Amino acid sequence: MSEKVLMKGNEAIAEAAIKAGCRYYFGYPITPQTEVAAYMSKRMPKIGGTFLQAESEIAAINMVIGVSSTGKRVMTSSSSPGVSLKSEGISYLAGCDLPALVVNVQRGGPGLGGIQPSQSDYFQATKGGSHGDYHNIVLAPSSVSEMAMLTAKGFNLADKYRMVCMILADGTMGQMMEPVAIDDIVIEEVEKPWALTGTNCARPRNIVNSLYLKPEQLEQKNFERFEKYKKVEENEVMYESYMMDDAEICIVSFGITSRVSKNAIVTARAKGIKVGMIRPITLWPFPKKPILDAADKVKAFITVEMNMGQMIQDVELAERCKKPVYLCNRTGGMIPSPEEVLASIEKVNGGEN
Amino acid sequence: MAEFHKPKALTDATLHYCPGCTHGIIHRLVAEAIDELGIQGQSICVASVGCSVMAYDYFDVDCVQAAHGRAPAVATGVKRSDPSKIVFTYQGDGDLASIGTAEIVHASARRENITVIFVNNAIYGMTGGQMAPTTLPGMVTQTSPYGRDVNTVGFPMKMCEMLSKVDGAAYLERVAVNNVANVRKAKKAILHAFKNQVEGKGFSLVEVISSCPTNWGKSPEKALEFIQTDMIPYYPLGVYKDIYAEGGNN
Repeated sequence: MSEKVLMKGNEAIAEAAIKAGCRYYFGYPITPQTEVAAYMSKRMPKIGGTFLQAESEIAAINMVIGVSSTGKRVMTSSSSPGVSLKSEGISYLAGCDLPALVVNVQRGGPGLGGIQPSQSDYFQATKGGSHGDYHNIVLAPSSVSEMAMLTAKGFNLADKYRMVCMILADGTMGQMMEPVAIDDIVIEEVEKPWALTGTNCARPRNIVNSLYLKPEQLEQKNFERFEKYKKVEENEVMYESYMMDDAEICIVSFGITSRVSKNAIVTARAKGIKVGMIRPITLWPFPKKPILDAADKVKAFITVEMNMGQMIQDVELAERCKKPVYLCNRTGGMIPSPEEVLASIEKVNGGEN
Repeated sequence: MAEFHKPKALTDATLHYCPGCTHGIIHRLVAEAIDELGIQGQSICVASVGCSVMAYDYFDVDCVQAAHGRAPAVATGVKRSDPSKIVFTYQGDGDLASIGTAEIVHASARRENITVIFVNNAIYGMTGGQMAPTTLPGMVTQTSPYGRDVNTVGFPMKMCEMLSKVDGAAYLERVAVNNVANVRKAKKAILHAFKNQVEGKGFSLVEVISSCPTNWGKSPEKALEFIQTDMIPYYPLGVYKDIYAEGGNN
């Protein structure tokens, strides 16, 4: 165990990426994720890596495509409006079956929105977000050390499944400082025979491409890709179960709001209310089964989100409307307080809604 | 007596281009340059969106197909990943001079050590003949049915002239492939642009004035004449920048 150091969430992502073998970073300045780029601009030149500030988010994600097509680990980071610009490239990454790590340190939207933390890109991240039939793996850290751990895991998952892995954080997670030890990072090496390394006139050429003009070919490609997605859903779901053993109310919350919710749960428990939480760590694949299982035991669910109610739809689908699902939310950059979450718990516990 | 062979750097695939289109000539010149420099095994092609979208079927090298206009950014990633590779983009005018204007300007500003083959036929061919950023004033296209009116839609983009003001650009030349003499000059320019990359000399772009008989509504022969009588006067041929030439600017 190495010594813990105090780091911002954004810096932890950058350092973990480097430890995970990423030597290529492309980005464009945007609040509140700029520390990732700043950290990379300092470190990359010293370790033989590449930091490049691109002319746009669009160029940055396409530089990511370039490096990824050569088989190397590569990442970009941004915040909500910037991720919208990257969406085109994310669809191409999916269509070319290229691995990459994309970080979204969310801020309030829509439009230019604000610069305060938000979770309002949940739909964009988990439902595709760009054109075509595809998924990204979406990881939602709730601490600085998870920012690091999930970044490293994200590279492994991206390589393993040849998919985009997105870290869906928010401005709070990016900016807050916590002690963190970035160690025990395991790089799972994957053979990449598809990579563009030059044929050396010794093998048939490799082609990285998302164009299929024959519809039957494109359909087949999409079928194959969804077989892969099925494996991801079977094997890679991650969640934390908190005080769920005897829970009668189940909060579902990810990222910073799960921490606010924990505070509220402790207070509610002191008042004798049996409440627990399922915290999805993978937002896609979504932890459907634990939520469905909980539906047989609890009387209600509450999703705590910093948006107008996005994940609530996945919870309702997962528990198949067996029990009511209530929403406790703030939006536009506002963070719900533990008191607000507690009030929501008490209201649901009292049978009101 | 020299025999006429298909370059090794071209596959055996049948080109999908229309009869009389000069993409085939340009493909061949690129492949010949790759052959002559002996770089086939190290080359990586970045295909773009437009008529040449399927360049990956024709160049017998590793290829990646880029989104519309983004080829210079993708090429930047490929080249930065392994500078020993020879990375080239093959882009049309809609791709490079309209939707991808930012990418080409900034790739040149960074003096990315890549080779850009820019095919200018003054029209969007693949989508059926719409007005391009390079469509000549007064020229009739599907989306300029009364002729390009510069007062409402603006003026054509002269990319070599424009990029010649970018400090990072190392070599810029405009050539044409409408007759044998011009094809020979085009060959020389393309070879030079690849050689520059091999020697680490930085961003090199060759703009090739090309024909589109189908969407120009002309016979192949008349289309080649149109290059001479209309295209070249608006897009003068020549070297626009060569920082390594004697007396070359910066």
